[in-house]
Amino acid sequence: MLYQAIILSPLLGALIAGLFGRTMEAKVSEYLTSGLMVLAAILSWVAFINVGFGGETQKIELLPWITSGNLNVSWSLRIDTLTAVMLVVVNTVSTLVHIYSIGYMHHDPHRPRFFAYLSLFTFAMLMLITSDNLLQMFFGWEGVGLASYLLIGFWFKKPSANSAAMKAFIVNRVGDFGFALGIFALFMMTGSINLDEIFAAVPSLVGQQFTFLSWQVDVMTTICLLLFMGAMGKSAQFLLHTWLPDAMEGPTPVSALIHAATMVTAGVFMVARLSPLFEITPDALTVVTGIGAITAFFAATVGLVQNDIKRVIAYSTCSQLGYMFVALGVGAYGAAIFHLFTHAFFKALLFLGAGSVIHAMSDEQDMRNMGGLYKMIPQTYAMMLIGTLALTGFPGFAGFFSKDAIIESAYAAHNPLSQEAFYLLVFAAFLTSFYSWRLIFMTFHGRSRATPDVLSHVHESPKVMLIPLFLLALGAVAAGFAFKEYFFGHHYAEFWGKALFTNASNHIVHEFHNVPLWVKLSPFIAMLLGLGLAYLYYMRMPGLAKSTAKLFEPIYLFLYNKWYFDELYDYIFVRPAKWLARQLWQVGDRAIIDGLVNGIANRSLDVTGKLKAMQTGYVYHYAFVMMIGLTAIITYFVVTGGAGQ
Amino acid sequence: MMTDWPILSAVTFLPLIGAAFIFLIRGNDEAASQNARYVALWTTAITFLISTLIWIDFDASTADFQFVEKHSWLGGAFNYYMGVDGISMLFVILTTFLMPICILASWDSIKTRVREYMIAFLILETLVIGVFCALDLVLFYVFFEGGLIPMFLIIGVWGGKRRVYASFKFFLYTLLGSVLMLIAIMAMYWQAETTEIPKLLAFDFPPEMQTWLWIAFFASFAVKMPMWPVHTWLPDAHVEAPTAGSVILAGILLKLGGYGFLRFSIPMFPVASAEFASIVFWLSAIAIVYTSLVALAQEDIKKLIAYSSVAHMGFVTMGIFTGTEQGIEGGIFQMLSHGLVSAALFLCVGVVYDRMHTREISAYGGLVNRMPVFAVIFMVFTMANVGLPGTSGFVGEFLTLLGTFKANTWVAFVATSGVILSAAYALWLYRRVVFGELEKPNLKSILDTNRRELSYLVPLVLLTILFGVYPKPILDVMHVSVDKLISDYNQALMMVDQVKYALKP
Repeated sequence: MLYQAIILSPLLGALIAGLFGRTMEAKVSEYLTSGLMVLAAILSWVAFINVGFGGETQKIELLPWITSGNLNVSWSLRIDTLTAVMLVVVNTVSTLVHIYSIGYMHHDPHRPRFFAYLSLFTFAMLMLITSDNLLQMFFGWEGVGLASYLLIGFWFKKPSANSAAMKAFIVNRVGDFGFALGIFALFMMTGSINLDEIFAAVPSLVGQQFTFLSWQVDVMTTICLLLFMGAMGKSAQFLLHTWLPDAMEGPTPVSALIHAATMVTAGVFMVARLSPLFEITPDALTVVTGIGAITAFFAATVGLVQNDIKRVIAYSTCSQLGYMFVALGVGAYGAAIFHLFTHAFFKALLFLGAGSVIHAMSDEQDMRNMGGLYKMIPQTYAMMLIGTLALTGFPGFAGFFSKDAIIESAYAAHNPLSQEAFYLLVFAAFLTSFYSWRLIFMTFHGRSRATPDVLSHVHESPKVMLIPLFLLALGAVAAGFAFKEYFFGHHYAEFWGKALFTNASNHIVHEFHNVPLWVKLSPFIAMLLGLGLAYLYYMRMPGLAKSTAKLFEPIYLFLYNKWYFDELYDYIFVRPAKWLARQLWQVGDRAIIDGLVNGIANRSLDVTGKLKAMQTGYVYHYAFVMMIGLTAIITYFVVTGGAGQ
Repeated sequence: MMTDWPILSAVTFLPLIGAAFIFLIRGNDEAASQNARYVALWTTAITFLISTLIWIDFDASTADFQFVEKHSWLGGAFNYYMGVDGISMLFVILTTFLMPICILASWDSIKTRVREYMIAFLILETLVIGVFCALDLVLFYVFFEGGLIPMFLIIGVWGGKRRVYASFKFFLYTLLGSVLMLIAIMAMYWQAETTEIPKLLAFDFPPEMQTWLWIAFFASFAVKMPMWPVHTWLPDAHVEAPTAGSVILAGILLKLGGYGFLRFSIPMFPVASAEFASIVFWLSAIAIVYTSLVALAQEDIKKLIAYSSVAHMGFVTMGIFTGTEQGIEGGIFQMLSHGLVSAALFLCVGVVYDRMHTREISAYGGLVNRMPVFAVIFMVFTMANVGLPGTSGFVGEFLTLLGTFKANTWVAFVATSGVILSAAYALWLYRRVVFGELEKPNLKSILDTNRRELSYLVPLVLLTILFGVYPKPILDVMHVSVDKLISDYNQALMMVDQVKYALKP
């Protein structure tokens, strides 16, 4: 019942707030959904303690879903350490975001709808992480996509929000296209889409080939890459990342919950959950490493030059997700989930902190109009500082442990791309540090660039917003050293149990300790360099940024325009699709098919002598033909005397 | 418990009795119209209630035809022979369920010739139920072709501006198929010496004859589906039809083709079906991508939904011809789900059309500001149309694709890309109609869904979600019948292979 309660309380909140929110006081919806989330969060920690330390994999059947031939899928819960970790992450952050939103959204006329969506999202996410088969995972996968779509487009009057919402859903569907094909292929090869049956069947598929499209390809590599395509869409990896920055059109608490801490990590969760598949498919892991490393680097470069405070953090999220995929790619699944865990705290903290800044600045998001805020909103400033220290991997803070574990694992790994990944990650760590401190300096330090009107309204956020920040800050400080030995250290085996699968030859959890000292120091040095450079650019010589941008204008524009991906995709996909749509309609349907039909129609009208007053006469025509037919049959029967009877 | 009274005939002909009642109503004043409405509503509602007994009493553990009635007809030349199995039964329920909704949806919007309108709908109901119950080929033909006549009338009399063109086009398309099917039926009788469907199902037609019979039936069913490239009558018919006409057209008449494939093409002409399967696959895959793209370019709400219907029917034909459990059950499920979802989408269009009298997408925008309840309902059906898991739209799409992947990865690949395109056109429509600022002056006073509209939209919402989360009641009905269909199909193919080997020197 514990798990059912965890899953169903957000659903209950969503249903009540969604269906009856309009007829109740907004406060009722807020407190009800938040209260149910507090319950779910407390129970999740109980579950974490029960399962995480020596618990067995538990399975709970809820309801049969789809049965057809040898396909047999149920609604069911799979509870192991991986689920428990995710339960804690999702429900903790979601609860804090719910509470924070009570303050953040208090001017909005549609609060019940907002809280209903938040709870609906949480429910879908919980279904995703507890799924015992790929179909329920797909349900959660698309369910969070729906909630994300609804929340990005929450302010439905804004055209930009509507576009961003659609873009998020459609780009994610591109990923889901791959995910679905992966499920089909798995079902064809193993006859099941239930996790345990798949896990049992895949070892025998290693090295086998099958015909996919027109080519003979390796079974496991193809399946894993198709599934990974889904992960790339959901986790905004390179090539399918374009929706995430635009998703910042949604209210800031949404960005914290969905587009930083939980939903975007679903791809990481999926690969970890399917570690028995990926671990035996080295080629797929190489691709995962490569995509992760490129994303970590690419997103960090774009983050350097953005001016919207939320977009900087969004690119940072994208980049950090790249780190997690590198960890997965080199077989360090524990490190990936560890970073997912710590990142949830400090990234949610940064987003909610940014929300607090935006709230204080009367909805201003452009950092060029900020500056000098640290005296006016000192508590927000302190929280943002903690988040930044954690993100940049300052020793002792959460990010330091998880991120360094990934970088060192990349160095220690034997994957064909792991060395390249290592260097890209270290460089990305330098970029991360630079853009993070740039954000702090531009927002909180220097001279204020805001209008006097805005400045006169600057105020520290209310307690209901600050307390979630304090709690997240606690996580950003402590989640690293408190859990490192469990997630990716000495207690790895007992902690994870059978939740994560590693080959007998995979010793990364030990090997990453034994890297040379310079490797261990490199992320720290990169971080210091980034900090120093940001200090130089934005504190000591504020004019330097402008002149550097001028000096390297092509590079600056390239980064500022996000490597021109949106333009490129518009040119390659959107416009041709629209053009083709018009052509198929006007030429294909109208000119060719209808032209042919109308031609025949005119001809036949000539033959029947142009009955002018036909109007609806075709009906009689038709009835006439049918009657002739029937008469023919009946005559035939009468003549033959019903020989068949 | 099997009923010992002729329940299928009762359900089939009860609407006809209602029609007779309405015929007897005198006068052309408002009172007469109102009476006609009530008689039609009561008749269809009672028909639906009785039909649920079929589902309740249905024995899902046998593939035999149930509730069978057999009487000699036309001097013993052939039989009045009725019965249902796991493939046809739910289509009967779908028809009886949608009919009262159609009457309700026409309550205020049909103002002229109300009596005749209601009579046309009731006759249509009789004929369509007859199609799904008929176990004699001639009887089937009468119902199948006869059902189109009231549909022509509904479009031609109560339709929009270009109604004559639309019903003419509809007529032209179906004409060729009808003639060919009629010839094929005669050929079948000549060969098998029976028109009883159960006997024909057991009869082995010679392979070369199967090819011709298959083509003749295909000509009729492909138009009804409709399959690409004989689909262009559908958007025009939908656009001109009154709301309830669209509901029946999309909800039920489009299923006649799919049902025909399952009842005739696959089991009676298995060898030809296997031979032609890859052509059907490609026509289906092209239909999915092509019509989804065309939907993207539409400026008329109804046309957009009509094109999306063609795409969804592509999943059905593709699934059916895989000859796998997942493909066929998915195809049937997709038809039933589409019966609910597309009907609901056309009803939603009807809601705004009744208020604004335009179907132009650009005439709308920002409806959510004045119509929040409508916005939620429309969102549910939009998502079901997109095939979001948890709605009934997902189950059929998923199963058909799963079945197809085994048969042909290319086709599955192309068809799966439809999930991206469907999201694009459906969300694009929703955004332009519902989201945004409410700026158009004539929309400023638009009212949200009223109680009558909610009375049929809410049950559809609930069923769409129920069957998405718990499709078991529907799938359980069809398992045994579909299994038998597949084993017979495979056996027939095996026999042919053996003959081929035996003939080899």
